[in-house]
Amino acid sequence: MLILTCPCCGVAAEETELAPGYEAHLKRFGPGSSDAEFESYMFARKNPKGVHFERWRHAYGCGKWFLAARCTATLEVFGTYPAQSAGPPPELVAKIKAKRPDWKGFA
Amino acid sequence: MSTRLAKGGRLIDRSAAMDFTFNGRRLRGFAGDTLAAALLANDQMLVGRSFKYHRPRGIVAAGPEEPNALVNLGSGPRLEPNHRTTTTELFDGLEATSQNHWPSLEYDVGVVNNYVARFLPAGFYYKTFIHPRAFWKHVFEPVIRQSAGLGRVPKDRDADRYEQAYAFCDVLVAGGGVAGLAAALTAAQAGARVIVMEQATHWGGRAPVDGDVIDGKPAEVWVAETLAALRGMANVTLRNRCVVAAIHDHGYVLAEERVADHTPGDGRPRRRLWRIRAGRIISATGAIERPLAFAGNDIPGVMLAGAVRDYVVNWAVSPGDRTVVVTNNDSAYLTAFALLDAGLVVPAVIDARAGGPGDAALAAECARRGLRVEKGRAVVRALGGKRVTGAQIGLAAGEGAALETVACDAIAMSGGWSPVVHLWSHCGGKLTWDAGMAAFVPDPKRPPITHDGSAMVVPAGSAAGAFAAADVVASARAAGGFATGAGSLADACTVGADVLHVTPAWIMPQGAGPDLRAKMWLDYQNDVKVSDVQLAAREGYESVEHTKRYTTLGMATDQGKLSNINGLAVLADALGAEIPQVGTTTFRPPYVPVTLGALAGEARGDIFQPLRKTPMHGWHETHGAYFEPVGLWRRPYCFPRGGESHADAVTREVTNTRAAVGLLDASTLGKIVVKGPDAGRFLDMLYTGVMSTLPVGKCRYGLMCNEQGFLSDDGVVARLSEDTWLCHTTSGGADRIHGWMEDWLQCEWWDWKVYTANLTEQFAQVAVVGPKARQVLERLGGMDVSKDALPFMGWAEGTLAGFPVRVFRISFSGELSYEIAVPAGQGLAFWEACVAAGEPLGLMPYGTEALHVMRAEKGFIMIGDETDGTVIPQDLGLDWAISKKKADFLGKRGQERTHLASPERWKLVGFETLDGSVIPDGAYIVAAGVNANGQGNTQGRVTSTYYSPTLKKGIAMGLLHRGPERMGEVVEFNTVKGGTVKARVVDAVFFDKDGEKQNV
Repeated sequence: MLILTCPCCGVAAEETELAPGYEAHLKRFGPGSSDAEFESYMFARKNPKGVHFERWRHAYGCGKWFLAARCTATLEVFGTYPAQSAGPPPELVAKIKAKRPDWKGFA
Repeated sequence: MSTRLAKGGRLIDRSAAMDFTFNGRRLRGFAGDTLAAALLANDQMLVGRSFKYHRPRGIVAAGPEEPNALVNLGSGPRLEPNHRTTTTELFDGLEATSQNHWPSLEYDVGVVNNYVARFLPAGFYYKTFIHPRAFWKHVFEPVIRQSAGLGRVPKDRDADRYEQAYAFCDVLVAGGGVAGLAAALTAAQAGARVIVMEQATHWGGRAPVDGDVIDGKPAEVWVAETLAALRGMANVTLRNRCVVAAIHDHGYVLAEERVADHTPGDGRPRRRLWRIRAGRIISATGAIERPLAFAGNDIPGVMLAGAVRDYVVNWAVSPGDRTVVVTNNDSAYLTAFALLDAGLVVPAVIDARAGGPGDAALAAECARRGLRVEKGRAVVRALGGKRVTGAQIGLAAGEGAALETVACDAIAMSGGWSPVVHLWSHCGGKLTWDAGMAAFVPDPKRPPITHDGSAMVVPAGSAAGAFAAADVVASARAAGGFATGAGSLADACTVGADVLHVTPAWIMPQGAGPDLRAKMWLDYQNDVKVSDVQLAAREGYESVEHTKRYTTLGMATDQGKLSNINGLAVLADALGAEIPQVGTTTFRPPYVPVTLGALAGEARGDIFQPLRKTPMHGWHETHGAYFEPVGLWRRPYCFPRGGESHADAVTREVTNTRAAVGLLDASTLGKIVVKGPDAGRFLDMLYTGVMSTLPVGKCRYGLMCNEQGFLSDDGVVARLSEDTWLCHTTSGGADRIHGWMEDWLQCEWWDWKVYTANLTEQFAQVAVVGPKARQVLERLGGMDVSKDALPFMGWAEGTLAGFPVRVFRISFSGELSYEIAVPAGQGLAFWEACVAAGEPLGLMPYGTEALHVMRAEKGFIMIGDETDGTVIPQDLGLDWAISKKKADFLGKRGQERTHLASPERWKLVGFETLDGSVIPDGAYIVAAGVNANGQGNTQGRVTSTYYSPTLKKGIAMGLLHRGPERMGEVVEFNTVKGGTVKARVVDAVFFDKDGEKQNV
């Protein structure tokens, strides 16, 4: 039962208020893409033990999607940020680096 | 015999006698007794039969770790099986019966298993009942099920109610012993909101029993003073009879409170499940004493030394007149002293340690009392059947030869103490082996963590490994400090002085041979013996987790409380490894069983789940509707009249709608408004067709696919204005599709200027359907609904009978049809106006089944019938609704994949049975040959199948391999009862193929 803070409305929301949306920062491949590109978009998902970036929706709150950086092994939450982001904010990346020196960085 | 002592008993009130029954026998106890204490006071030591061998079993413990004394509590609608007598509070009129025996507790036929025990070793079932295969289902399983198991499942509906409550705090303290109270006071004085939960009825844990001195005061006095201080603080909540059962992520805690277990039927909920969010959790859960593994250690009368002490001091119950104490540490001497103080006989303390007591003062006290202490000795065998009659004493380091036999009727054993690390471990806290204490203790370097990466659980007192009273309090105060932001976790985990002086004696005697080892129980509840674990090791089981499952060690309610350390010590020894290398099994929630009623709470019966009702729901009820669930909605399936069957009602409703006019409550239909400068562009991405070109005032049918290309929802889209579209979705799909739209708008095309609003519940929608539909609307009056003013697939805004309406000329039945949306608050009034206006024309309401039949007669697909998440629009002959011109839409790339673009797919056609019968739901179309698994091949399946009142025969739609190319062919559907039904492949549109009826 996670608690994630919604960056849109600021509520520290508990998991029952939230709907998961799996991996964040996927690049969409539509018509014209190769089979390999489409396959990676559709099916290839990261499943790291450690730092992971995810989509969540504050479904029973403000209704907004947001993104979260979380450790899948310890469930430590490094931060949340708006869904309208092309990648994790640099200050969040720096914070994770400091806490997890072995982390290879956002790829 | 076990009996009530003439005086003493700190928890009982001798002035309040309570009558209860055990197996129908009337017995008497006192207020403050546990059921176990009251049973012992009545010399009822034998309380159950073991799981596998049906051996007689007695009470072993005095707390939730009790493995044997599980009973059926109550009767009829208040029967609950597997109740632990040691935690059950006695009340007047309590009824308990023993479990797992036939025909009676005293004479159990199943005990025959005991005499063939050598043939029932670990893994017996796995090894024996494999062949012949067919025997499992019909012979082995029914017999095993009859003889296995503990309590029986209650047959009556539970008469009690249960509730759930939420609580929030900075610090939750699990355990109301000295450690918990000290930690709570420290945290509360720092200003934190504190909740303290204690599983027992009384506060203070076992410190008062053990005669501890805290801050210079007797424990009893200290506990009373600390409780008074806590009760006086506004930021502290105290709850007894409340066990913290489970710690989950980010400080989410489940606790179960026994509200009315001891006052059944008083109107309060029997139990309350607390759902708590705690900033930090202090685990002040104490320690559990370990049994010693000697032959016959399961005979009734063999008890934990600490439990014997509890029964004597707390409840003035003597477990036996002559009690032999056997131990490998100093704590059991307290039991000997307590028994002597109560005037009972302790023939000897058998101490496995060569040097006897580790503490010189203890040795002196033994000498002062004249207590016989046998050093370096072991109980090599307990004697007796349904009750201990004696103990054979031998060398602890020997092979089991008896040097003497001591007559006794109870044996108090102590194999050391294991800190209760369950709550620390539930969310991943790691343990470290403390060789001095011979126990796993919390490792402060690897705590379970919460959302910000800091430690979520802090152990305190004995749960951290501290046993000296001063160290317990120091650990607890450090824990209270750490939980409120001061001090360190390491301080809370400081073990302090070694007061137990344990010397491990994992089996007793050390060199015991096979005969003795086969009578040494490790896990009483699951009948696991030393020989079973050793056998598992010989058979190649090295992982403690595998051994647990193979032997069933530590399963069921034990969960490692009594059996864990002894079991893995025996395994480690058999593997020639050290205990820390073998490790421990995972401690999973819940710590103690939580009753299912509490987990369900109030969510049962009528309020099992929320119900969604349309504005006309009450009208449907008063007009005899038979409802069916559609998601959380309840929709009328049909409106039976008189004694009509449901099938007859559906036939009448279809016939009347096709011949005259019908009325459908379509309010559940999803209604999502999409608005903005980029709305058209957005809808062109969402739908397979083009919505941006739809003229204002017109409607268009659209399909939505997921990115894989599979059909996900369908519905009619109406363009309300230049920048506004209204998207109708399926009844079950409204929330999902609205979420889908928001997902793309917020996460992918966030620069597009589009707003969405789900207005499903803001509008009631009424479908007036049938050849006389227009006349009904004309009788209502207020707007022009003629063919010219409002043609098929057009919509118009206006008033009908004074109601503000939007009228959509769309049809899901093939009839002339108007779907009319009115504000939800006027839905019922408008519906009643339609009924009044239509009745002279023969109008009747119809339900969802008539809707289904009529759409199937027209070959219209239904999401969830024709689709199942693997069907693309092209499979359903809906190519016409897919734009060829658009560069992109959701699902376009997916549909280009070779196996989706292949002509070899199962495609939609209609079926007419040759004999006019209705094809069974779910039937497959058989094909020649068998597949790799020897199953018959299939070439298609039915997706919708109905009796058509219009055509007076069975009709069906289904998917068939290359279906549209096979018109006229006869195929065979399988049936559940065997045999097949022959059907001809036909066009899926059975009725009014040219659509003349709706185009008027």
